[in-house]
Amino acid sequence: MSVAKLRIYRGDSNGGQEVEYEVPIEEGMVVLDAILFIQANYDGDLAVRWNCKAAKCGSCSAEINGMPKLTCKTRLDTLPLDKPITVHPVKTFPIMKDLVTDVSWNYEVRKKIPPFKYAEDTDWKMQQVDVERSQEFRKCIECFLCQDVCHILRDHNEKNEFFGPRMMIKIAELEMHPLDIEDRKPMLREAAGIGYCNITKCCTDICPEGIHITDNAIIPLKERVADTYFDPLQWIITKIKGS
Amino acid sequence: MEKYETHTHDVIVIGAGGAGLRAAIEASAQGASVGLVCKSLLGKAHTVMAEGGVAAALGNVDSKDDWKTHFHDTMHGGKMLNNWRMAQLHAQEAPERVKELEHWGALFDRTKDGNINQRAFGGHTWKRLAHVGDRTGLEMIRTLQDRGIHTGVDVYMECTITHLLKDGDRISGAFGYWRESGRFVLFNAKSIILATGGIGKSFKVTSNSWEYTGDGHALAYEAGADLIDMEFIQFHPTGMVWPPSVKGILVTEAVRGEGGILTNKDGERFMEKYDPERMELSTRDVVARSIYTEVQEGRGSPHGGAFLDISHRGAEYVKKKLPSMYHQFMEFAEIDITKEPMEVYPTTHYVMGGVRVDPETAQSTVKGLFACGEVAGGMHGANRLGGNSLSDLLVFGKRAGAGAAEYASKIKDNELKIDDRELEGAVKEMLEPYENPQGENPYTIHQALQETMGDYIGVFRTKEKLHEGIEEIDVLKQRASQLKIEGSRMFNPGWHLCKDLKSMLIVSEAIARCAHQREESRGAHSRVDFPNYNDEKWGTVNSVISKDNGDMKLSTSPLPQMPEELKRIVEGGYK
Repeated sequence: MSVAKLRIYRGDSNGGQEVEYEVPIEEGMVVLDAILFIQANYDGDLAVRWNCKAAKCGSCSAEINGMPKLTCKTRLDTLPLDKPITVHPVKTFPIMKDLVTDVSWNYEVRKKIPPFKYAEDTDWKMQQVDVERSQEFRKCIECFLCQDVCHILRDHNEKNEFFGPRMMIKIAELEMHPLDIEDRKPMLREAAGIGYCNITKCCTDICPEGIHITDNAIIPLKERVADTYFDPLQWIITKIKGS
Repeated sequence: MEKYETHTHDVIVIGAGGAGLRAAIEASAQGASVGLVCKSLLGKAHTVMAEGGVAAALGNVDSKDDWKTHFHDTMHGGKMLNNWRMAQLHAQEAPERVKELEHWGALFDRTKDGNINQRAFGGHTWKRLAHVGDRTGLEMIRTLQDRGIHTGVDVYMECTITHLLKDGDRISGAFGYWRESGRFVLFNAKSIILATGGIGKSFKVTSNSWEYTGDGHALAYEAGADLIDMEFIQFHPTGMVWPPSVKGILVTEAVRGEGGILTNKDGERFMEKYDPERMELSTRDVVARSIYTEVQEGRGSPHGGAFLDISHRGAEYVKKKLPSMYHQFMEFAEIDITKEPMEVYPTTHYVMGGVRVDPETAQSTVKGLFACGEVAGGMHGANRLGGNSLSDLLVFGKRAGAGAAEYASKIKDNELKIDDRELEGAVKEMLEPYENPQGENPYTIHQALQETMGDYIGVFRTKEKLHEGIEEIDVLKQRASQLKIEGSRMFNPGWHLCKDLKSMLIVSEAIARCAHQREESRGAHSRVDFPNYNDEKWGTVNSVISKDNGDMKLSTSPLPQMPEELKRIVEGGYK
């Protein structure tokens, strides 16, 4: 039986190093299978988050050979097996232990986003074509891979300035809900820091759900903000009529 | 004893899937201070895996649908073993609960005239399942999550409850550990709601996530509550078969709802033999047994399953209606379901049995302990209809939240005491695996248990096999009393498994013993040695598990009597 070599990062906030393991390969095996094999057979205390093992819960994000991915969705036969596969925790969030990181910042940010609000006289009729815009963003499984690759968060650690792509599609989903009446543009411009995004589309490329984060969410939101705050004609109309 | 942190709430909800979130939202709306404790990160619970839809007689597509028909279908699906009052409340209240989600921001797929769209599902007379493509559970959990975090619920993520504590005969708190640090934590509470979901991880082939270790069933049992109908385990007819890595992962019933056809290796549409009227949309128990039988009799697909084909609906339609299935097969199995059939085989999916509850309030037989969602028993009888789980968790999540808040409101702050000896016992038990250099690896025993459950307590059962299964579980219980682990207490999955394993063993024993006792076939419980219904003896009773002087006690209790007007609905062959 052929074996795969994995070099898995083991450590905590005090530091750590890669540890090498050998795992027998089964047909169709994914990286998470290999990690669970290691847990059951070599190191029971190897820390990893996972839930569904079907790419639906977004728990098992890690950096495989340097690429941020879901470990449950990454088949071994898509990786070069002549050298060890490296598995590291996602870089953008502080490590807790081994492959588990502290992603609580995302939950704190999310709480700041004003929830869905509807008008008193809503009749709840919506057309499929209208709900589909938001439905695309509601596919998000919150794996936070987009947050991990966003260079504003990853390289510059500007977590106080920019909410990140995940939260941009959260806001887009609410703003584009056919019946929502809340205005999140002031938040987008200020606290959420949408101006920071310079459209490198790394988030879109990495999204395991294939959500067009940049084109369908961030750019339209940028346009809304620009129309409201920076279009001179719109600015005059707003001044005269009130917002 | 080492130091531990303490939190105090009126109501503690254990589990943050759909039921737990709905319960927490309601308890908070009733004015209670609510703590929501979950093993994983918020929004990762097994509800995200629910695919096909939520059943509610909205009548948007088939206007003839009403709660009575839904009630009728549910009782027939459950082979009349359902708690009639739960089934009635469920059918009556599901439409309101679904519409409420829309008010909280959910975006269901629409009909042409702009209402919530509904699809066909097994055992439902009319098109009844509100849905979002094939990711309905994700939509529900996100909606409830948003609602929950904005309505004052305190969330304790990645925290596992290991013990319930009582003051006399009343619940007074819950004890557990933080997964990250391994440190202990105590929650003082006037009432506790169990919303811990199911038990699938006791089985090898399952659609369930790692969290489904029967914690709530075990906590309730240890606290003295009754469990009912534990023999009824739903094997979902269509799990993935190949490759081995994905064996058991769910293939949504929506594939059949959208017109999917089951065939054997000879190309025969075999459901014609087993249920010519309903065919692929028969109830899950029937379809699972049919696929199992085809494979047993040598007519299986290359990897030992049946073929399920949806390609005749056209690529565009399939990708739009079943996007997750399309990607799931493309990425995991390299199969394009718009062109070729899937291979499917039954997978352990759901436990109908659970904590015995009062239908109105969801209170268990222990004062102050409530249960809702999959961990509660009674609602689904001997077999659950697809789509009735998502509606169950909304209806009874809300009821449990209201019930627990109302109960808590009658208890004064500081009225309940925590028993220090109980607490010390809990700590001692949790630390034992660190003091057992001779003990066994918990993973090894877990694997053995999964093999045992698959081999002895599967789709078809016999007295001999069940007897052997019970003996095997007994041996595993002995082995599991001496476990060994390595590493520190910081995020240590091996240590976590030690306690989860105990829960799984309790649940597995309960399943095996109830299955051994019920000498008939009904719904999901199929006895080869007793292939028929025995209405006289077994159609009138629930199986009951309780803890009696430290031992598991098995008994039966009479089914609650259905009022005449409901009997007429059930017997009416409603359509």
